[in-house]
Amino acid sequence: MEQIGAAALPVIVGVILLFGFFRGVDVFDAFVTGAKDGIKTTLSLLPTLIGLIVAVNMVRASGLLEAVCGLCAPLIEGLGVSPEVLPLALLRPVSGSGSSAYTLSLLKQFGPDRETGKIASVLASSTETTFYAVTVYFGAVGCKKLRYTLPAALAGDCMAVVLSVVTVRFFAQI
Amino acid sequence: MINYIWFGMIALSVVCAAVNGRLPELSSAVMDGAGSAVELSITLLGSMCAWLGFLKIAERGGLTRLLAMGFSPIIDRLFPDYREDQELKGKICMNLSANLLGLGNAATPLGLSAMEAMAKKAGGAMPSRGMILFVVINTASLQLLPVNMAAMRASCGSAEPFGVLPEIWLTSLGALVTAVTACKILEGRSGGLSGWSR
Repeated sequence: MEQIGAAALPVIVGVILLFGFFRGVDVFDAFVTGAKDGIKTTLSLLPTLIGLIVAVNMVRASGLLEAVCGLCAPLIEGLGVSPEVLPLALLRPVSGSGSSAYTLSLLKQFGPDRETGKIASVLASSTETTFYAVTVYFGAVGCKKLRYTLPAALAGDCMAVVLSVVTVRFFAQI
Repeated sequence: MINYIWFGMIALSVVCAAVNGRLPELSSAVMDGAGSAVELSITLLGSMCAWLGFLKIAERGGLTRLLAMGFSPIIDRLFPDYREDQELKGKICMNLSANLLGLGNAATPLGLSAMEAMAKKAGGAMPSRGMILFVVINTASLQLLPVNMAAMRASCGSAEPFGVLPEIWLTSLGALVTAVTACKILEGRSGGLSGWSR
């Protein structure tokens, strides 16, 4: 299966190129024109990224995350889930690299094939870095109002937390 | 909204660090964060240019329009405002396919290009319902083969790196359906804003 994943990208690029070439597109010119747009988009994104990553780093370095986890711990322990999963649930929407590192440490600590390890695996790959996506996508087009974006996105994230526990337990029984 | 969240994150961090005696760590976190944002955008610059280049080839060759036609039944239902716009629908399809295939660094450039096209239609600083739904879909993560997770599990000695595939599919699908449903409900509630929806 790893090979399928690794092959996806070259196959897609190949299909795009062949299709364009045989329909008479000047493929190199098209590529360069498109790539030029990328410079502008990336540069206009930089201030947003700096603001976001600085804030996330501050939350992690100040111990704010641990404090929030401490407050929520009784809640998740009441469900019989090991409390170490909670920081992952809180970190996942905020920081991609942070949650990857934390997932790795959970997998090492509890073992990837035990319940906690499985829940961590499922949770980490079932949602995206919500705040990153929201800030970057809206930042790139200069939208300041989010309207109902966050409530809807976070509803999905909460559902992922619940379902990761439910599905892992369900499949462990059959 | 971002205004309040950003302020809250930073203000609470400063207070928390002062209480915990972690102010030195906090100051290095600020500088490291700014530095890693620049590093990230340099990495992003490469994939952004490459993928927007390939996207342009796909658009000029008509491949994105073909993709848009194929996915029309789903896309038209989710994004009724863009029914007539084949090129925009093509961009949305490219982003969604990249997400499904787990090509994270292709999904962002393709998604941003779709966002720009939608913003041009909406005009002004108020996001249209299509833009919101599109971002919400991108905050969920439905992928066919979570290869990164499998690699991570394998590196920790898992006997079955892909063993949690059904759980991941069900969970991410459930999260996506929940987020989209929430979006559609909230969209109906702010129905008075339909003038901004386009």
